[in-house]
This record gives sequence, structure tokens and C-alpha cells, in this order.
Amino acid sequence: MLIPQKKVKAISFGLLSPDVIRKISVGSIITPDTYEEDGTPIDTGPMSLRLGTIDPTQKCKTCGNRVGQCPGHFGHIELAKPVIHVGFVKIIYQLLQATCCKCGRLLLPQKEIDKIRRLMKERPRIWAIIKSKVVTKVLKKAMKAMECPHCGEKQIKVRLERPTTFYERTKSGERRITPDIVRARLEKIPDEDYEVMGFNPKTSRPEWMVLTVLLVPPVTVRPSITLESGLRSEDDLTHKIVDIIRINERLKEQIDMGAPMAIIEELWDLLQYHVTTYFDNEVSGIPPARHRSGRVLRTLAQRLKGKEGRFRSSLSGKRVDFSARTVISPDPNLSINEVGVPIEIAKILTVPEKVTPWNIDELRELIIRGPYEYPGANYIVRPDGRRIDLRYVKDRKAVAETLTFGYIVERHVRNGDIALFNRQPSLHRMSIMAHKVKVLPYKTFRLNLCVCPPYNADFDGDEMNLHIPQSEEARAEAMTLMLVEQQILSPRYGGPIIGGTQDYILGAYLLSQKNTLLTKEEVQRLLFLADVADFPEPAILKPKRLWTGKQVISALLPKGLNYTLRASACRKCGECKKFECPYDAYVVVANGELVAGVIDKKSIGAGEPESLLHRIIKDFGINVGSWFLDHAFKVFLNYTFLHGFTMNLDDVLLPLEVLQEIQKRLREAEAKVWELIEKYKRGELEQMPGKTLEETLETLIHEVLSNARDNVGKMAANYLKASSQALMMARSGSRGSMLNLTQMAATVGQQTVRGERILRGYFERALPHFKKGDLGAAARGFVYSSFKRGLTPIEFFFHAMGGREGLVDTAVRTSQSGYMQRRLINALQDLHVEYDGTVRTADNRIVQLNYGEDGVDPSKSDHGKAVNIDKTIEKVLGVAALK
Amino acid sequence: MLKKKFTILDHELVPKHILLTKEEKKQLLEQLKIRPEQLPWIRASDPVAKLIGAKPGDIVKIVRKSPTAGEAIAYRFVVP
Repeated sequence: MLIPQKKVKAISFGLLSPDVIRKISVGSIITPDTYEEDGTPIDTGPMSLRLGTIDPTQKCKTCGNRVGQCPGHFGHIELAKPVIHVGFVKIIYQLLQATCCKCGRLLLPQKEIDKIRRLMKERPRIWAIIKSKVVTKVLKKAMKAMECPHCGEKQIKVRLERPTTFYERTKSGERRITPDIVRARLEKIPDEDYEVMGFNPKTSRPEWMVLTVLLVPPVTVRPSITLESGLRSEDDLTHKIVDIIRINERLKEQIDMGAPMAIIEELWDLLQYHVTTYFDNEVSGIPPARHRSGRVLRTLAQRLKGKEGRFRSSLSGKRVDFSARTVISPDPNLSINEVGVPIEIAKILTVPEKVTPWNIDELRELIIRGPYEYPGANYIVRPDGRRIDLRYVKDRKAVAETLTFGYIVERHVRNGDIALFNRQPSLHRMSIMAHKVKVLPYKTFRLNLCVCPPYNADFDGDEMNLHIPQSEEARAEAMTLMLVEQQILSPRYGGPIIGGTQDYILGAYLLSQKNTLLTKEEVQRLLFLADVADFPEPAILKPKRLWTGKQVISALLPKGLNYTLRASACRKCGECKKFECPYDAYVVVANGELVAGVIDKKSIGAGEPESLLHRIIKDFGINVGSWFLDHAFKVFLNYTFLHGFTMNLDDVLLPLEVLQEIQKRLREAEAKVWELIEKYKRGELEQMPGKTLEETLETLIHEVLSNARDNVGKMAANYLKASSQALMMARSGSRGSMLNLTQMAATVGQQTVRGERILRGYFERALPHFKKGDLGAAARGFVYSSFKRGLTPIEFFFHAMGGREGLVDTAVRTSQSGYMQRRLINALQDLHVEYDGTVRTADNRIVQLNYGEDGVDPSKSDHGKAVNIDKTIEKVLGVAALK
Repeated sequence: MLKKKFTILDHELVPKHILLTKEEKKQLLEQLKIRPEQLPWIRASDPVAKLIGAKPGDIVKIVRKSPTAGEAIAYRFVVP
């Protein structure tokens, strides 16, 4: 089908003049009622058949078309008295202030006006650029003038009473300027002056901002609905138009009858109110117009504005076909590039495939299998564009026979097809990635656990969306640019954002322990998972052939990898003993052999820059990197299964003496706090710079108590059982921190609200259990107990206060940062890097001469730097540097 | 009392501003294939622009310290 194409050259916005409105209109609307008693629309009413039809049984009186064909036609209302348009009050106000109230000229000397006009005429390109700045200046200056430079008239200050009433401050007091006077003044402004104020008199004369004729939109814009009870319910706009007509007619009558000014003005104000709320029902200063039920009406501005408005919801909010959404669940046996798609979904999502000599037989089979049997097809598209829905085809075999080259078959998605996978909120590039489809039983999408961090997904009920690209170009783009393995390195800091979490890290940590020895069967099982055929020589031959865990890991590392790093288990002792590290935290990889060190979060964790994983990807490329994530990680995870792992209460159990020592130390800290308080009371405390005496005291107390907790925590860590599984998790970085352990085993510590010790609830005390003004540790939210021992009721309450603050903070933060992100993205979305390396805006203005001023792509950089000299030297010197 | 008046050009946080000659200006615009108003703007009334005597239509070269590149160059088109 040939569609005539036209190109939009320009869009111009302007005002409708009363003449234009009358020309657009198919007739005046004067009856404030919608339907006759017999149910036919009143011809002069707002539901007139001349304005188009929404009733399938009726024909439009203007164009004679029926529902789908008739576009609807505008009508108009002749207003008895002019009314100000709310959308333009601000501009009208400025114009009234900037022009003479007598002669209507702009309140600037003729010389200045001429100068600007000359610039406008002679340098139109420059004028276009500086127009807005000049205009604001002109208006600002003109508004200050006290006297007209043209006719010498003294200027009277104009005041705007929101939303739509103007007053003039004369010596004798304030006098109202009615809309007809406003209109008369605007009419006096000459075109030449009007242009200097930045307007185009051809498209928008100022007096058109005061309405004398109101346009009535077609009924298609405001359809009425017939309820089940047979009652008709009109659109909000229709209600508003009826209001306007009713008041307008009343006003007309009163004027004709020669009613007193007071009555006319009252009706005039009412007309102004209705017209104002017809345009915008959220104007400040007047009550919103309501439906009879008390519901606020949704008028013109409300239809456009905000999240549910025409722009954000109807125009920017796109809805798509070929998409699916369901709950996600984990599957460590999938590749990171795969996504598990339920068969049920695979039978609905389709890929269009063109019939060629090479696939015709296969496609015929798919057609015969039809839409309900899995590898089948849903539609056939013939070259003339006709679609055959296979659901309604009786003899699919016959249809399959008619298939020839050039037909398109919309077949079910199958293994290997490309799909886009997305989880909201889509905060960064990695929130939508391309995966290869793997059709699986059951009803959830499945994904490899390593891709959870970029999506920020977990499996507590999260749902995700899947989209099937339909064109060859889209598939090619998705495949080369968006595939998960292309996204491993984060463009934010260059580290791998896809990587190990929780069990993976723990498995690697356990496997790489010095005392891990494996039998042949175990090594076989692990290496088989990774598809590694090279079986290493055993480290121990007698009494039994045994392999170390490090040997297994070495078998997974690419040959030629050289690397050192400090593991997460590193205690940061003053001087590093390197190979003699008592915690085996000095990781050394030489030529693909793990020589020393444990593999933990720092080596394979997600979002860890300079990690082992990062090094593999940078040195050996994305393919080796994704192989490592697919295969080596499976080994780590399976070692967790092999080893077995659980945490129990004994993990945070401390010997009695240690507990007593902890209590002693805490009491000591408490004593120190009392000492400080005494010092403060005696006035001996030395004030810290920039702080009041009270703040100084708080800071010192805070310091004492947090030091106490740190010391106690260190002690607890030293005395926890070496076999403590909780400790292992904290050391390896797989889950929990040393702080969590301290809180469980030793003491929970100080609770804070707004960064201060707790003091709220009662006058000068947190709870009635304390004395007023008690500054001691216990009274201000210090929790002596550990989670294991249990909190006292008062401690529990303090802990709940601190905990609540955390919850509120996260709730507030997400909404605030979400809005900030939206605005940032709107502002930055069309910045781009040109081929010459400059950053430019959509209209080609330069922002930076070189992207980031150094032209470095952060995802390919070393911590933002183009080269990492230390690592380069290490690489050149190789293993020699380690010895 | 110090007699000498302090000029903002001496301040550590004010980067080096250099007024381009006509030839330099032409060359730059050629190189970037742009019209001068496509560059970021600086007001002729900007304190530094006033001090170095930049007039509307000129282009100012700014050399400043950059956390990423060490030293970065930027250009400003002087507007009234």
C-alpha cells in the first residue's frame, strides 16, 4: 500500500481570533439542554448532531458521515460580555502594565523601540536567538515607566487579583477594570509595539486573549455514556458547556431587559468563573467546579496535565505487542545470556519468518502443528498483506501446501530467538538487556543469578517484561549491542556489574580454602559441570589421591592470567605479609594457576572493580568472561551443595568470660560517659570549634560509645568459633557484615534518630522511665544487649525508633530520587557524542569539546583513567614481580 | 592597608581566559564546523570578559584544571 508522505516543515502556535472561531464553527450553540424528552439531541444544544455524532445509528448533520468517518465539527457560543481567558492572564497583566492606559503605546521612548525594530528587521537570525532575553528586558523596563513617553499620560498602576480580576489604583481608590475595558486597551496596542514585546500580531493579536466568542469542541471529544439503567451520563466538558450557556443566556436576557448594573456584574462574574473552570479547574484562588455528586470536574487543562494526562499517558506512554510479563525465578543452569520462557508464553509470542527454499519444509510443519501445539505458528501473512489466522483455519495441511516463497509465517518463539528482558524501574542501560530464549516448562521467566544485580532483581515475587524484536535489524542490534555479555562492564565505573552474589561467593570461598581437599569423584563432578576436560595432577598421592580446591579453580582459569589482589578477607594489618598471610587473603594468580589466596567477593563479586573477574574480561575478552560466568560459577555454586552450609545460634555464641568482659567494657564506657557529663555540668568541658557546648558533649559521648562498640566487636570476632558459619559469610563478603555479627553476638549499640542520640517523645526525656534531662547512655538509646541475648523492652523501643527512621528514609528517598532522575533524563536525553568526539545537543550546540574532557569511555577505563600504570607494569614483569 | 587592588584573574579558582585572534577564531570554527553561536556563551559583562577586553562576537579560550583530563580547553562565544 502506497502511503503519500508529507514532511512537517514548521509548526506555528497562535491564538484564534473571534472571526476565525466563527468561521470554524458550524453554528451557534444557545440551548443549555442536551436532549429533547424523546431522546433526540437538541439542534442548538451542546450535543447537537451538527457537531458530529457518537451514536452509531445517527448520521452527522454537517458531513453526513457515520461514527468512524465523521471527525466531529466545532460550534461556538457568542458571549454576552467579554471574558478573560485564564491561560493568558499573566500575559494580559504584563501587557497592561507595559503599555499606556490612554494611547496603548509601549512605555518606551520611540528611539529604543526603533532600535529594537531595526535589529529585528535587519538581523532576523540574531533576533531569533536573543529574542527572549530582549523581550524580558523590554517588558521589565516598560513596566517601570511612570509616564507615557508618547502622549505624556501619567500611568496608573494595575493590580491583578487572582485569578482573573484587574484593578487600577487611582487617587480616589481602587477601581475595577472589567474585561471589556481590558479588551479595549489591548486593542489600542499598535502592531509595531506588539512585535517589540515578542509577539506576532498576524497570529495572535492581544485582544484575542479576551474572549468574545467561545469555541465549543465536537461531541467526539466529549462523548456521553449510556449506563446500564438506560440513563445517559454526560462528559465533564459537556456539563461545563451547559453551565456556560445557561449563564450566558441569563446574562443576555438581563442586558436586554436593562437590568441594574449590579445584577449584570454578578452574572458576568459567574460567566467568568464558568469559562475559567472550563479551561482549567485547578486555578488557585477559586473553588474548583464540582459535579452534582461532589466530584471535581476534569476539564480541558486536566485532560492534558500530569501523569494521567494526554501527553505523559496517551502520547509518550507507549503500549506494545509481542510482549509478556510474569514472575521471575532463578535457574543457575541457564547461561547468563539466556532467559527461560514458559511454553504457554512461547505459544503466544511470535517471530515473523520469510519463506525461503531453505526453510519452507520446516515452516510447513509448523503451520500444520498450528497455534495450540508448541513449536507451531499463529499467522501467515501473504505477500498482498492479507493475514491468515491459523486459529480459524480448518484444514491446516491444505494451507501449508499453498505456502510459497515470499510468504511470511509468524511462528512461535523457540530456543535461540532473541528477546529483550526488562525490569522496572529502568534506571540504567542494563535494565533492558537482550537474552536468548530458552523455552521451558512451568509458568515463570527464569534467569541466571549473575544477572540479578544489573536488574536489581530478587525472587520474592518480582515480575519482569519480555519483548520479541520483530525485524532483522532490531534483532541484529539487540544481539550485538544489548546481549547480556555485552553489558558485563558497567559504563558507570568500568567494573563488572554482572557477577557472583551470595552462594557463588561462599562456594568459591569454601573451595579455595587451604584445607579443602577433594577426592577424584568430587573433582570429576565439579569439572564436569564446567565442561573442563583437562584433569589436573593430584596434589597428594598417598595415602589417597587428593586434589586441593585451588587446583579446581586453577583448572577453570584461562591460561596466561597473571594477577594479584587483596581479598575481602584481608584484615588490613599494618604490613602485608603477602604469601605468609595468616588469613590467605593475598591472592596470586600466575599463568592461570591460583597460587595463593582465597577467592571471595573481591575476586568474583558483582560490581567489584579490579576484581579477578574484571581482569579476565579485560585481558581475555567478553567471550572468556561470559564462559567464566556460565561455567566456573556453576562449579562454585555446586561446591556449596557438596560442602553443605547452614548457620545456627552457636555461630554467634561467645564464651561466658568474653561476655563478662564485654559487659565490663561497656560499663567502663558508660562510666566515661558519666564522667563527661559531670565535666560538662561543672563547666570544664572544652568547646570544640564550630560547636556549642552541648553539641561538643554529644559528639564526645558518641565517640566513646561507638569506640566501645568497635572494641567489643573486635573482641567478639576474635572469640567466635573458627568454624562459625556466620563468620565465614561475613569474611568472604557473601552475606552480612562484621557489624551484623557484633550486634548479634556482643552489643547492638547506639540507636539514632536523625543522626542524634534519641530524645523525643516526652519533655527532656525519651520515655517516662528516665529522669528529665538524663544525658546518660541508657536514657538516650544505647542498647547494651545483643540480639542473641535479647533486648529489654526499653531497648527494644529505642531500636524500633531507629529502625522506623530507616524505613521512612528509604520510602522518601526512592520517590525523591525517582523524580530527580526523571528530570535529569528529560534534560540530558538528546546529548550525543559526534564522530569528532565533541558532545553536542540535538540542535548541534557544543557542550564539551571532548567527551568527559578526556574522551575516555568509562566502561573501558581503569577507574576512569585511560591506563592503569601499576597494572601494566605488573603485566609486563609478569610472575617475576611477585617473587 | 594594601593599596594594590585585587584582580580576579589572580584568583586560584578563576581559570585562564585567552582572547582568540581573528585567524585563531576562523580556524577553530572551521575545525569544529560550527557557527560561533553554537559554542557556549559568555556575557560581555562577565567580570573576566570585561577584564580581558572581550567584545561581543569574540571567542574566548578557557584553559582550566579538570579532574579527568588534568587540563581541559573550553571556548566561549561572547554575547552582549
